[in-house]
Amino acid sequence: MAEAIEAFAPGSVVGHNTRDVWLRPASVLEVARGLRERPEFKFDLLTMLTAVDYIDHFEVVYRLISLPKNRTAMLKVKCGEGRSEPAVPSVYDVWRGADLLEREAWDLMGVRFDGHPNHKRIMLWEGFPGHPLRKDYVTYDQSVTEIADQD
Amino acid sequence: MPIKTEPITINMGPQHPSTHGVFRMRVTFDGEQVVDVEPIFGYLHRGSEKLAEERTYTQVVTLTDRMDYVAAMTNNQAYILAVEKLAGIEPAPRGVWLRMIAAELQRIASHLVATGFLLQDLGAWATPLIYAMREREKILDLFEMLCGARITNSYLRPGGVFMDAPAEFWPALDMFLDEIPHRVDDLEDLLSTNEIILARTKGVAVIKQDVMVNASITGPMLRAGNVDWDLRHRDPYDYYDRVEFKRPLHSASDNYARYLVRMQEMRECIRIIQQCLEQIEPGPARPKEVPFIVRPPKGDVYSSIEGPKGELGFYLVSDGGISPYRCHVRAPSLINLTLLREMLIGGMVADMFVSFGSVDINMGEVDR
Repeated sequence: MAEAIEAFAPGSVVGHNTRDVWLRPASVLEVARGLRERPEFKFDLLTMLTAVDYIDHFEVVYRLISLPKNRTAMLKVKCGEGRSEPAVPSVYDVWRGADLLEREAWDLMGVRFDGHPNHKRIMLWEGFPGHPLRKDYVTYDQSVTEIADQD
Repeated sequence: MPIKTEPITINMGPQHPSTHGVFRMRVTFDGEQVVDVEPIFGYLHRGSEKLAEERTYTQVVTLTDRMDYVAAMTNNQAYILAVEKLAGIEPAPRGVWLRMIAAELQRIASHLVATGFLLQDLGAWATPLIYAMREREKILDLFEMLCGARITNSYLRPGGVFMDAPAEFWPALDMFLDEIPHRVDDLEDLLSTNEIILARTKGVAVIKQDVMVNASITGPMLRAGNVDWDLRHRDPYDYYDRVEFKRPLHSASDNYARYLVRMQEMRECIRIIQQCLEQIEPGPARPKEVPFIVRPPKGDVYSSIEGPKGELGFYLVSDGGISPYRCHVRAPSLINLTLLREMLIGGMVADMFVSFGSVDINMGEVDR
């Protein structure tokens, strides 16, 4: 899988194991287009898109299905080194299904998807402080007990 | 000279009975026609994914019940399969058969609710809904025998189910299986050839096949668009490779086709349960060696099942501790709403909630 991606998009793969392929953030869109349109892949359905907070970086996970070939692929993108503002290009133009999933990842994890046409919060309201699924997010309960402890 | 009309924007929901929970749409109408829809989510957001990070793997089962609360058993199944895959637990065969029976009963219950409320949205006041809910009630009674709970079951555990079915469950299930095909027939006689239903649902909210695939739509909605994609067949989990069933397909991809697929799937569920009953063998419902506190090795896993509403998946990341480091739910209800605008725009006000109901969503799962 990793070699096949490298063949049509040189320099896009940064690592791989038997299941996952890690991509460079800048080449996500190019690889996504290739995986959907090239006859040897035909990954036409994006099943899952999510983000994970690994403290020192964020990881965006894509899971693809090819209906005609009945195979799956797992792509991962490391972004936001050292907790800088994580951002990856949006795959909305390639898979329409990324619409709500990318909005959810932005809302709850704070990963920006550049190029998303409706890049707004989805579960929480505009103006909500922070992104609750991040590991450094302090919940209301925690903040209240911390203040109580200080007194 | 034609009369000029002005578009008017109306807020529908969140507290509206036909939004199937607390869903809000900001709709712009031009006369009776829908010209723009903006769905607004989040009124039932409880942060289940965050809550899961603070609970042990077994405790998270109770959270999954509350996601899609009309199909708790399949939620349990999706989550438990992910945990088993992550921790490398080999489930007990009897437990697997029991949870397949529970999941298929749940699929019937969920489709009954979908059909009943779809007809309610169509204006068929009470009768079809009461027919559907009456049958669902019997399934809930069976669940009560299995685990003591009717809706939020928490019946499954890593390795199988938490206890074997009691002796009175089997005759009750046999009685139910004898009766339910006739009740599905009743419902179909009442509805499938009803002239009003045909007129109101045929050719309404048609979505093209390739658009649906591109928008990640799964489940009965995709099969109503003639795409043969059912995870029970394509990627069999549990013992679905040992049972035979048909996958109802339709090509119209309109509201009527979506309704028909659900009706026919109910019959296939009955067939699957009967085959499970033939193959189930005595034994423990859960292997004794699986500890209560599961501690999977470091790693991540994605596992999905064919839920009543579509592909229901869990993405779990473990850091070697007793609770998931990250627990993401691939919620079919949310993703199937991706094309809501395309379905509703250009349609009539009265068809809006029918099309919305034909997607079969559950707000507990949309917002989590």
